[in-house]
This record gives sequence, C-alpha cells and structure tokens, in this order.
Amino acid sequence: MASDPVLSVEDLKTHFFTKAGVARAVDGVSFQVNRGEVLGLVGESGSGKTVTGFSILGLVDPPGQITGGSIRFMGQELVGLSEENWRNIRGRRIAMIFQDPMMTLNPVLRIDTQMMEAVQAHESVTKAQAFERSRDALGLVGIPSPEERLRAYPHQFSGGMRQRVAIAIALLHRPELIIADEPTTALDVTIQAQILFEVQKLCAENGTALVWVTHDLAVVAGLAHQICVMYAGRIVEQGLTDEVLDQPYHPYTAGLIGSIPSHNQRGSRLNQIPGMTPSLLNLPSGCAFEGRCPKATGDCKAQGPLMREVAPSRNLRCFNPLMHSEASHD
Amino acid sequence: MSSISHKTILQNWRQSPWWRFFNEFGESRLAVLGLLIFLVLMVSALFAPWITPQNPYDLAQLDIMENMSPPLSESYSIGSYWLGSDDQGRDMLSAIIYGLRMSLGVAATATFLALAIGTAIGILAAYFGGRVDSIIMRLVDLQLSFPAILVALILLAVLGKGVDKVVIALVTVQWAYYARTVRGSALVERRREYIEAAQCLALSHPRIVFMHLLPNCLPPLIVVATIQVANSIALEATLSFLGVGVPITEPSLGLLIANGYGYMLSGKYWIAFYPGIALLIAIIAINLVGDQLRDILNPRLRR
Amino acid sequence: MTRPILSLQKISKRFAKELDLAEQIAKKMGAQVQEEVVHAVSEVSFHVNRGEVVGLVGESGCGKSTLGRIVAGLLQPSEGSIQFDGKDLQQLSGSEARKAALSVQMIFQDPMSSLNSRKRVLDIVGEAPVVHGLIPRSQIVDYVVNLLGKVGLDPETRNRYPHQFSGGQRQRIGIARALAVQPKFLVCDESVAALDVSIQAQVLNLFMDLREEFNLTYLFISHDLGVVEHLSDRVLIMYLGRVVEQVPTGQLFSKGPNHPYASALLEEVPRLNNRRRSFRPITGEIPSPLNPPTGCHFHPRCPHASERCGNETPLLKEIASQHFSACHLNDG
Repeated sequence: MASDPVLSVEDLKTHFFTKAGVARAVDGVSFQVNRGEVLGLVGESGSGKTVTGFSILGLVDPPGQITGGSIRFMGQELVGLSEENWRNIRGRRIAMIFQDPMMTLNPVLRIDTQMMEAVQAHESVTKAQAFERSRDALGLVGIPSPEERLRAYPHQFSGGMRQRVAIAIALLHRPELIIADEPTTALDVTIQAQILFEVQKLCAENGTALVWVTHDLAVVAGLAHQICVMYAGRIVEQGLTDEVLDQPYHPYTAGLIGSIPSHNQRGSRLNQIPGMTPSLLNLPSGCAFEGRCPKATGDCKAQGPLMREVAPSRNLRCFNPLMHSEASHD
Repeated sequence: MSSISHKTILQNWRQSPWWRFFNEFGESRLAVLGLLIFLVLMVSALFAPWITPQNPYDLAQLDIMENMSPPLSESYSIGSYWLGSDDQGRDMLSAIIYGLRMSLGVAATATFLALAIGTAIGILAAYFGGRVDSIIMRLVDLQLSFPAILVALILLAVLGKGVDKVVIALVTVQWAYYARTVRGSALVERRREYIEAAQCLALSHPRIVFMHLLPNCLPPLIVVATIQVANSIALEATLSFLGVGVPITEPSLGLLIANGYGYMLSGKYWIAFYPGIALLIAIIAINLVGDQLRDILNPRLRR
Repeated sequence: MTRPILSLQKISKRFAKELDLAEQIAKKMGAQVQEEVVHAVSEVSFHVNRGEVVGLVGESGCGKSTLGRIVAGLLQPSEGSIQFDGKDLQQLSGSEARKAALSVQMIFQDPMSSLNSRKRVLDIVGEAPVVHGLIPRSQIVDYVVNLLGKVGLDPETRNRYPHQFSGGQRQRIGIARALAVQPKFLVCDESVAALDVSIQAQVLNLFMDLREEFNLTYLFISHDLGVVEHLSDRVLIMYLGRVVEQVPTGQLFSKGPNHPYASALLEEVPRLNNRRRSFRPITGEIPSPLNPPTGCHFHPRCPHASERCGNETPLLKEIASQHFSACHLNDG
C-alpha cells in the first residue's frame, strides 16, 4: 500500500555523553517519508541533521546513543535492532551517501572489487553477474565507458565521479530508502547539477524514498517535496516545500531565507540573524532560538514550545509565528 | 580600555596549550605512573651525592672485606647493603644511583643536542625546499641506513674513550630522526593558511620559521625526543657494556652490568641483576610517558 | 578618469613538476617522459578601480585561487605584469616592496587553519603592525581592542586562543589581522565558503560595512554565484585558467550572460525560487588543468561548439559597453 510511510521517525532523541556534559544533539525529532518522496532535512552546523541521519542507520557510536523515540522502517522498528538484523537492512534496503565519497570508497581497492563485494554481500550471485550489475549501475549514474572505469582506483576519479560511484553503490540493491548527507556540498555547481539530476531521476524511476540532509535551502527547493527545518536538535518547522519557502512561519526559517544573498536586493545589507547557535551542551530551558529571535517574548524564555500542527501537513514549534504579511519577502 | 579580571586570566591560562596538554596527559594512569617513576629516578640521580649511603667511587669509603655481600646483608660502615655489594666492596644501591646519574645525564645531553641540531636542519630543509631539501634528506637517509651501534662503535674507536666522546657519538647517530620528523610536519604546516597569512603580512623568513612554523611542529618532536631518551640510555648502556663507552671511574648502568656479568654464573647475581632492573625500569617508565604523549598529540585520535 | 588601483596584463602562471635525475636520463635515452605542466592561469588581463568590488567566479581548476594569490603577492606570475597604485609590483624592492605587500591583504578560506593555533588573538592581530613599526609596542593592546570592536568581536576575548572561537568569529579575527596593517585592497579567497548561511550573512555585511568605513577595494573570489552577485560591482567568470566573461553585475541580470559557460553556470545554480524543476545540466566533467582541451577550453561541453572552437582560442572582446566575452559565436 502506497499509503504506509517508508520511514517514520517519532520523537527521536540521540544524546552524546561526553566529559564536558550531555550534548542533546537530537532532541525530539519526528517526520515521515513516503514511497518516492524526497524529504529535505535542512539546518546549519550544530542543528543535529547529520546525527539524525546517522541515527536512522544505527551508526551512532559511543559516547553517543539513541536515548528515546522510535524509527520505523516499513513498519519495522530500528531502534535497538541487533547487529545481525542490521546486516540485512544496511546497504540493501536502506543506503547512505556521505558528503565525502571517500567515506564509502576504499582507496586501496579497485572500484570493481568494491562494487562486486557490495553486491555479493547481500545476494548470492556469481562473480560475472556481480560484475554486470556493477557495470550497469555505473552506467545508470552517468559514468561513461563503465567497463573500463570499473578497473580504476578511486584516486583516478574526480570528486564528482567518485560521488557518482558512491551513489551507484548505494543504488545497487534498489534500496527502499536512501539517506544522503550533504552529498553535493563539496562539488562544483555544474557537477552538482548533474548529480541532482541523476538522483532525482533514479528516485522517481525506482520509487525510492530519499532523505536529503543539507544546509543549502536552494538545493532542497529544487529537489524536495517536503522540508524539515532543524535548529539545536529539534525540528522547528515542517511542511511542503512550496508552502514553507513561500511563507515561512518560524522566525528562524524566515531568517535563513533572508540570509541568502540572492533573496535580497543586490547591494543591500543582508537580513542577518544576530548571534550564534547555542552550544548543544548548554541548551536553554526555553526556546533555543529565543536569544536571536526578533519576535521573542517572555513565554519563549520560560519554556520551550511544542510541535503543533498549524495547518494540514504543516507543523510548527513556535509561540510567536510570523503573520502572513511579515513572512512574504517580495 | 577595560581591564581583565583575575578570574578571566586564570580561565584563559587554563585554555593555553600547556595546561590542556597536561590535563590530557593525566588521563592515562599508567602514563602518570611512568612519569612519577621517571621523576623519582631523575631526582635520585640529581641528588646522588646526598642521598646515597656511600660514594662508591671514593676508594676510602670502600671496605674490601665486605665485597660480594648478598643483598640485605649487614655492614659495619653503612648499616646495610640493601642490594648487596660488588667485587670491590661497593654498595650496589649507591652504585646504581650513581650509574643512573651517568646514564640519564648522558642520554639527556645527547637527546637535547640531537634535538636542537636535527630540528634546525630539518626545518631549514622543509622551508627552503628544492635542492637544499634534497641534499639534506639524502644525508638523513644515509645516516639512518647505518645501524646505530655500528656507527657509534666506529666513531668511538676513532675518537677514543670519554663521556664527551660518547655524547658526540650518540648525537651523530640520532640527529637524523629529528630532522626527518620535523621536516615531515614542517612540510605539512608550511602549506597551511596561517603561514600564507604570515607571508602576506610581509613577516621575515626567520620570524615565520621560528615563531610560527616551529611551535606547530613540536608535537611529533616531543614524542620522538621522549622515546629517544630511552633509546639513548639503551645505546649508551650497550656501548659501555662493550667497553667503549664511559670510563670505569664514572660508570653508567651499562658498565655496571658489564662489570657484574662475569659473576652471574657463580651465584652472585646481584652485581649485574639490579643494575639491569634499574635500566629496565628507567626505559619502561620513559616509554610509558612517550606512548601517552604520542596518543594525545596524534591529531587523528583527537575526539 | 582615475587610474585603476590594480591592473593586470597577460598574467600567466604555470606550475611545472620538474623531472628528477632519473627521469631526465630516461628522457635523454628517448623515453616518452614529459614535464607535467599545469596552466593554472593563462593570459589574464583586467583592472580594478578604487573602491570597486570585483567578483571572481569559477569552478575547480579555473585558477581563481591562484590568481588571487598572485594579486596578494603570495605567488609570482610566470608571465605578465601587475601594477598596484601605478607601480609595477615586480620591479619594486626593499621598503617600497614591503609597503606594496602590506597594501594588499588576503582573507583566507578555512577558519580553522588560517589562524596560528598557538598564538593568542592579541598576538595574531597585533604582531605585524608592531613588527613593521606601524604602532609602538606599548600601544598594541589599544590598537587591537579597537580593531576587534570594528569587526564585531568582544575586546575581552583578546587573550583567548583560536580554538575557543567559532568559525565565524575566527574569520573575523582573520579580517582584523588583515586590517591591522592598514591595507587598501583586500583579496577575499572563498572567505565565507566554510561558514553557515546565517553566519555568512553576518560576515558579508561586515565586508560591506568595512568597505565604507575604510574605503577598501575588494577582489572577491567565490564559487558561489549568489554571494558574488550580491556583493560585486563587476563579475569575472573564469574557466580553466582563462577569463571567459567580464560584465558589470547589473548587466549580468538585466541582459543575461553571453558566454555559454556563464549561461550554464547561472542556470545551474540552485535558486530558492526554482521549485522542483527538472535539472538540465550540461554534460561532461571539468577537464583537468594538466590536459586542457585545445582552442576554447569549453568546447567539448559547449552545446554550440563548432570546428573553429576546437582549433582557435577565442579572445576576450568587448561586445557591449564594459561587457567582455571570449566566444567565437560573437563574431557574427
């Protein structure tokens, strides 16, 4: 049934227990992704977006651990899953693409070795079949003359090509869900455009659900169906891309949009959000954005607002959302 | 102009590289133990004339009748031979402490000189690059391809006996490690943007090399220097054992072991055994310290 | 007509990996061993007027960083000449050279490695002005405190070490360090690339404020077209070592770009208002600077390429007032 979400995250909490204190990297995050849908998880450094991605795949190492909430993948609970069960899921049904393709690729092995290994890890096929699958996968992501390229080492590829290989590996088993953590941030504009094109096409063709973690609102604008804006470990605004970007309710979302140079009049001062993100070790008891918020009131300092559904498919965590007239920017 | 409160000064000092360094070092109990042991050895060695029961090299204090006494035997002159006495009647405990003094002294001096010389050469090679770098590095390779013992023996055969000759031999054998180590980190640091910034600000070459580049190349050097102290002790002990090291009048631990070696089979083990243990403890303690230093100074292991 | 503050003529920079002894011998014996030469910058000429902000845009391998370092005096060009404030930079020596060097300062990209982690802010910012005699040592604290205030940092933090600051704050320290020697010209090499969007906005605003206050001229290097468009008066677009288009920013928007690469670049920049469009990217990888295509470097990827494009290098020609483009298609 297309109506069951592929991924359903509810009240996820991942905390890091360090010498300096407890860093509440992810502190109550909830969202859902359906088949063939792209969700943009947007935030700056320290927002917890990357840790969320890692938590979904069970890749959080000590001193961090998931301390609460649930992550359901196709109905199956992932929190607390045994390593043995994870082996069936990671790389086969859920795949991850990292910002640095060298986190996926082993620099001392040839590409064909790595890809065939990835194929044979989850399916019992012959070497020849694994080779063919690898070759076809490379062709799918737009790598020319894949047969030759398979025999190369990662360092013989450019950055963009390497990322494509990493994507090809992610797609080898036609996963139902892909978590992509800033995969195009380090790439040139023209290469980024190519990769976005490939990913979009492949997800549409295969019905893969995609969670795209990034700090770049413009990228998700073009790619995602729904957006979750994260700040200090929590989602502050959530909704369909067009609605959130055209009419942000949360002052932080509006501030982010306002900081983008192309969204301001050329030569004018950019709308900057004053101050800095609070340290995750020392989050205030009230709203984490309160110190920088133009609309903060006494309530905001006293207690943190809860996530509320303010409109169909539109969630907001704010006591003083922007009214209609203030939010639009043209 | 605002003044800074005392509290802030303390806070800022706590953030200085040195304080953080000591703090992190203290995280390994074993390393702290090693450091304490080493400090005890060092202090004993420094204050040897004042803390030893007798000066074993003052012939007047020796009693030849009490030679070869086993450990814990009574003595007329000094109360007790805690670790026994050797063939000349020297108290082993005193001899070991004096021996430590010589071993540590030689090792520390040699390490310090090798560090200074090797670092200067290595950093010049890295900063100027090109031909200079090639020539220096070939010299380093040459130096390191010979076994240390062999080079030291040949040098000492040429130079003759004496503490200063031993130090020269040790320095000759060790400078290359420092040169190579510092060149490696200097090459990396040289490309960093803060060096480019210093060049952009038209600071002079010497200033950039010694005040910007060098302090940032120290971590691996500290590790190498620590381990090399232990190596120097061992090397000097070997040389002395072979008879080409320090003179008999100011023996080091190695020479003590050589001296007592012949008596091992006849049951008078303590003459060689205890100096050997002392040597072992010194080397292990220094290695423990060096291991922890290596871990905390290794950027990849940083949390 | 005022003289431009910075002027470059046919600047080229080549990086050659020289053959070592073994390879030289092999070559003499007839082996196919070539020196590897990277043409990082090829025959670039442009000028910057006093008070202007010129944006330099391009992707990897285009040579913008190399060009920035040549302007800042960190690299010597292989060919060509530079004049700063009317004086030929390569002919200067001694104190004149030093003065010129201090007049052009650089703000670097990586907030982590652009500050000496073993020095305190006071020393980082105050070292150069004291060494060069701009201020006496006794006044260093006052001077640095003043500068820190100008870049938006709390003067109380002057005794702290770099690791105690955030990325955005470190960039501010870098800016203070550059301003300390009273420069006239700043080269900003991807200075905001490593910062979060909201911090980026703060630092960009700071750049604009400082430009007013200190009457500075900027060469702003970035791969982010959005940032460059916002800040610059004029934009230079580079591809594989060459300038392919030069245009006042306003015209870039009103009339659009001329060069096919510039068009592709502009179109492919993700924009907030482009919602779930289907991307139609240009194909092909950016060629390696070790082995650039013949003729127009862009011709293998250009949808309008002709035979002439593969054989003949197009020259930068003025196609409209102050608008230059290097493309054969403009030749009618």
